[in-house]
Amino acid sequence: IQICKDAFHVSPCSFSSPDSVEDELELSAVRHRPEGLEQLEAQTRFSRKELQILYRGFKNECPSGVVNEDTFKDIYAQFFPQGDASTYAHFLFNAFDTDHNGSVSFEDFVMGLSILLRGTVQEKLNWAFNLYDINKDGYITKEEMLDIMKAIYDMMGKCTYPVLKEETPRQHVEVFFQKMDKNKDGVVTIDEFIDCCQNDENIMRSMHLFENVL
Amino acid sequence: MAAGVAAWLPFARAAAIGWMPVANLPMPVAPAEKNKRQDELIILNVSGRRFQTWRNTLDRYPDTLLGSSEKEFFYNEETKEYFFDRDPDVFRSVLNFYRTGKLHYPRYECISSYDEELAFFGIVPEIIGDCCYEEYKDRKRENAERLMDDQEDNKDAKLPNMTFRETMWRAFENPHTSTMALVFYYVTGFFIAVSVITNVVETVPCGSAPNQKEVPCGERYTVAFFCMDTACVMIFTVEYLMRLFAAPSRYRFMRSVMSIIDVVAILPYYIGLVMTDNEDVSGAFVTLRVFRVFRIFKFSRHSQGLRILGYTLKSCASELGFLLFSLTMAIIIFATVMFYAEKGSSSSKFTSIPASFWYTIVTMTTLGYGDMVPKTIAGKIFGSICSLSGVLVIALPVPVIVSNFSRIYHQNQRADKRRAQKKARLARIRISKTGSSNAFLHSKRNGLFNEALELTGSTEDEKRLSKSTSLLESQHHHLLHCLEKTTVSVLALSHILNHEFVDEQYYQQSYLEGGLQNYPSRSPSLSSQDGVTGTCCTRRTKKHHTPLPNASAPAHMQPLTHTHTHPQGLQELSTIHIQPLSTSRSSLNMRVDEPAPLNCQSSQITTAIISIPTPPVTTPEGDAHLPAGPTHQNVVKVSAL
Repeated sequence: IQICKDAFHVSPCSFSSPDSVEDELELSAVRHRPEGLEQLEAQTRFSRKELQILYRGFKNECPSGVVNEDTFKDIYAQFFPQGDASTYAHFLFNAFDTDHNGSVSFEDFVMGLSILLRGTVQEKLNWAFNLYDINKDGYITKEEMLDIMKAIYDMMGKCTYPVLKEETPRQHVEVFFQKMDKNKDGVVTIDEFIDCCQNDENIMRSMHLFENVL
Repeated sequence: MAAGVAAWLPFARAAAIGWMPVANLPMPVAPAEKNKRQDELIILNVSGRRFQTWRNTLDRYPDTLLGSSEKEFFYNEETKEYFFDRDPDVFRSVLNFYRTGKLHYPRYECISSYDEELAFFGIVPEIIGDCCYEEYKDRKRENAERLMDDQEDNKDAKLPNMTFRETMWRAFENPHTSTMALVFYYVTGFFIAVSVITNVVETVPCGSAPNQKEVPCGERYTVAFFCMDTACVMIFTVEYLMRLFAAPSRYRFMRSVMSIIDVVAILPYYIGLVMTDNEDVSGAFVTLRVFRVFRIFKFSRHSQGLRILGYTLKSCASELGFLLFSLTMAIIIFATVMFYAEKGSSSSKFTSIPASFWYTIVTMTTLGYGDMVPKTIAGKIFGSICSLSGVLVIALPVPVIVSNFSRIYHQNQRADKRRAQKKARLARIRISKTGSSNAFLHSKRNGLFNEALELTGSTEDEKRLSKSTSLLESQHHHLLHCLEKTTVSVLALSHILNHEFVDEQYYQQSYLEGGLQNYPSRSPSLSSQDGVTGTCCTRRTKKHHTPLPNASAPAHMQPLTHTHTHPQGLQELSTIHIQPLSTSRSSLNMRVDEPAPLNCQSSQITTAIISIPTPPVTTPEGDAHLPAGPTHQNVVKVSAL
């Protein structure tokens, strides 16, 4: 999913040599306009009205048209005030930022949302795997899972019940790996993951939980 | 939760899918969306200016008027919009708050009107953004100070019963309250001046005998000066004791600056009386006499400028402290440098570092007495650096102090000006209020006529109806009548004269005029009662159906007499006569102690008999309502209308 900055609209940003002062200013004031509504409508599973609502919220919070990681973290921190959501937000950011350019534009955002809210279970599981696979190499290792787990527990802060102990994330990871890692090779591949999740009723049910959002 | 973040809730919920595969327990059921309401535009009509916004925007702050269901009270069904009868300019800021999450305070807006609007829309002013918060707080503080100034002036009003002590204190604090206070003020001022001049003249050398050296006047005319001093000190002592007696809080008074100055001013005298003429302590005694100069500070009670200066210095304490500190630092540095620079030269005056202090101070303040000058080249170089830096160091804090003084001084000027303008302003306000209350009474009278004529149904008089009485006014008049009916004692008969007076004071004091109104009685029994009732009460009998707005004055202007109850329990009031030049007043709504004379100039209104079926029980109450009238007992004093 390419973002054609110069194809459709006159975009005032230019990525020429970052040596001169003016270029620095332009870089810092990057503006991005999304593709037209019709394209987005075609590429995602949202209706026109829904896209409008999404974009208005997006643009209100990020007038420049792109979200950077700090804003992501801020937003997430406001939803989860009791703990520290920044690590998880970091992983989320990387999951949303599909072209890895350090910023999430509206297209990225809406594509991600489209999968998460309106996608098939397969797509959702795929997306979740992508989230867990931090280095995007196709395998989830125990360390990656531990990082994710710690991030999730961090979000809860001190309000976990029972009280969080140091080994709780590790134990949780062990449980997860026992469930998911069929061939016990220490990593979870995408197929193992999808298979296992499809056989787990709880997980399947929870995948449909947020479908009526928006 | 902040404004725009609510729009990101779908995203946050969607991202929760990341937790699902690792969850330990099954997830709870999601809340069902009962009515998927699409976001709609709502129209806010503020005094004719239409603002439109999404409903969701307003819902971001549910604890305000616009964000809660409170706005439904303002919904207009016909036009399908929310109408607010408020200032549209301020509303702009309010609405922007919803849109952007930041509340801004426009500089051109009056602070109290802005506060009112915020209070109306349920927004706490503390969330004003940092960009505008300081300005807001400054303006608010200024306004509060101004109001406090005005309130302090009101405090000067004499309370009805003040003890002697309080009167005295008030006289001391504000000399303009009474003549005695003014006299006292000037007398003390005079004696302060006398005392100070005496102290000064004491040291002037008077002419001397040819064989003696010149002696100061103090030693030549010892007795005279001593008497003068004694007199002044006695006056000051008496004054201090009186103030101490009158002070509401003696402890606080004794701690205040002025009282300390007073004490310091008179203490040396007493100490001098007590001490003997001992050689040892005479040196200390001489020192004490220096403190007599503090008497000059007593003038600060008399001069507002001095007080302002003192207040300024107090409020700039930190700047002064900084000045002092930096000067001290510079002095020490330069004195040291100069000392070592001049150490080499012979017969140098810079004998030690403290001795160099004097040179440094004199140079930095650009005085340059010339009693100590550097001779070496190094000394001269450092000396010039010293004088240049002195100018800078002193010049820095001075503008701050000056601006503080200027601000406080102007504030005081403004306060004085406001006080002076206040009287004129109040007078003008009073006049305009009179005009409006006259208009009110005029319309009320018309309202009466309207009602009366409606009741009688007489058509030709309807032409005289002024149609200008609005529904609000007629309801207001009706309300006043109800009050009158409740309270007025249905007493005897008197005659209302048709009045058109304008008595300013009268109107001001009793805004709600009572008046016995004229409703022609519908009771058929009245006519039959004419014969039954005795002649104890005078009444006009021809009044039943015509209110006779311009009927001529009845010939006999007799006062109302007593309550009169009919066998049927009816009481009647006939035409009520207001006697000119009498203090006729309504028995209601009016302070008994202040009757004002009426200026009846012209015609009179007559009223019909009012037959009111009231139980006789009301009579004693009614009596109670009667004013202990100065001139008439049992006269229902009615207001003129």
